[in-house]
Amino acid sequence: MASLLRSDRFLPAATGIASLAAAVAIVELLLRAEILNPHIMPYPSDVFAAIPRIIREEAVFQRFLVTAGETLASLVLIVAIGVPLGVLLQRNPLVRKATESWFSALAAAPIVLAYPLFLVLFGRNASAIVALAVIGSIPPVVLKTVDGLAATRKVLINVGRAYSMTRRQIFWRIMVPSAIPSIFVGIRLGLIFALVKIVGVEFLINFGGLGQLINELAERYDLAGTYAAIIFVIAVSMLAFTLTEWIEKWLTQR
Amino acid sequence: MKVAASMNRIDVNEVSKPEPDPVLVVERVSMKFNLGEQSVTAVDDVSFSVRPGEVFTVIGPSGCGKSTLFNIIGGLLGHYEGEVRIDGSKIAGSHESIGMVFQEESTFPWRNVIDNVAFPLELKGMGKSERLDRARHFIDMVGLSGFERHMPAQLSGGMRQRVAIARTLAYEPRILLMDEPFAALDEQTKLLLGEKVMEIQQRLKQTTLLITHNLSEAVQLSDRILIMTYRPGRVKRILDIKLDRPRTADVVGSEAFGRYVAEIWADLREEATRGMSDAESARR
Repeated sequence: MASLLRSDRFLPAATGIASLAAAVAIVELLLRAEILNPHIMPYPSDVFAAIPRIIREEAVFQRFLVTAGETLASLVLIVAIGVPLGVLLQRNPLVRKATESWFSALAAAPIVLAYPLFLVLFGRNASAIVALAVIGSIPPVVLKTVDGLAATRKVLINVGRAYSMTRRQIFWRIMVPSAIPSIFVGIRLGLIFALVKIVGVEFLINFGGLGQLINELAERYDLAGTYAAIIFVIAVSMLAFTLTEWIEKWLTQR
Repeated sequence: MKVAASMNRIDVNEVSKPEPDPVLVVERVSMKFNLGEQSVTAVDDVSFSVRPGEVFTVIGPSGCGKSTLFNIIGGLLGHYEGEVRIDGSKIAGSHESIGMVFQEESTFPWRNVIDNVAFPLELKGMGKSERLDRARHFIDMVGLSGFERHMPAQLSGGMRQRVAIARTLAYEPRILLMDEPFAALDEQTKLLLGEKVMEIQQRLKQTTLLITHNLSEAVQLSDRILIMTYRPGRVKRILDIKLDRPRTADVVGSEAFGRYVAEIWADLREEATRGMSDAESARR
């Protein structure tokens, strides 16, 4: 066991879990000692105890699948729209200079507040949620794609030129692979933006997945259940993050 | 100077005469850059030829236009005056007969060692097993067997430069064109890597054109050395290096080596001093 913990592979994960457990224990102690107000914040032990209940009574897995499905659909669309847009901007300096600040502004805009517009356009369904999440989450993907491509080291491009590669070959075989780490930073940022918006809109319009459940549990003042449902939101985020990590690894180590 | 007299000087004017079957001929090449309203001549009327199988080195102080010359010969810079010919034919742009090794770290960080070395073979459309076999051959040649699956980030600077050299050799160029390939390495690694490159050059009879500002490196590796003037970069003279081959890194301890270094320094000192004064006055 000791040798397992010492190994490079398991030590970071074990340290992470231990830190989380320690933080949870400290919160529990602060609540028990009433340094934190237990009427506003539930005991962590109650939150964990509420998990089987919300699985049984609130169909949390089904809601998890709804939110996860919306998140993955948004992820696919963010990549499918954001990366080509980033490529387009990088290849057209005029368009880039004209629109780059718009994308930065869009990233900062509280687009979630425009949800009534999306409800009118798409109806009260999952496509309205996904559309809002995608539009609000594309900017980091576009901006990091532009950054990544522009940051390709000149010497690597010269290596391609020395091998008489065409501009297209240099783009696809040198610039794109070189930009992948940056593009994936953008994708992960986009993912965070999207998940926050998805859960937020589900909460606001009382529709669909975990956001709606959180809304209902909060209205019933079921604090332990509310926080237990938030744990499932974190699980969606972890699932999507792991997926992007696998894809990045597959692309870079092929 | 007695030492100089014992070494075979070649007159600059003699260079324009065609050598017996040179692989590469650089004839009256000049290059100007426009910097705002000013025009700077980086390379001025440079001519030389490189014979098959020799190591020909261009040495000069910083700012003498060595790298401009490297980029012109490698086809990375156009719009110059004069001609670059390979086997008698004028070339424009990059040419498959020239393989370039760059000063900066140039391995692809997303590819492991073997895939880096196999990259040019992939471009040639060679089948996977054949190109991997050939890549292994060149990895072995640069002494990196056992590191095939390592990523560049897991290697030292010297090892990464060996990967870049193996990648260029795998392309099987007629002329290996290297721009200060050991500049980023420490002195000992530089000497040992130089020895390795010499060993490979002798084995493959690889025609090599080396660009450097390092005197010891130039003498250790070269058959002939072209000394350039500081801005505009012109040919000051070409010197034959008559040190026995095969050479190892131990050659740096020999008396003849020291004499060559001293002779080149005598020529370079004035140029380097001009370069330094220029750099200092630019800061004022």
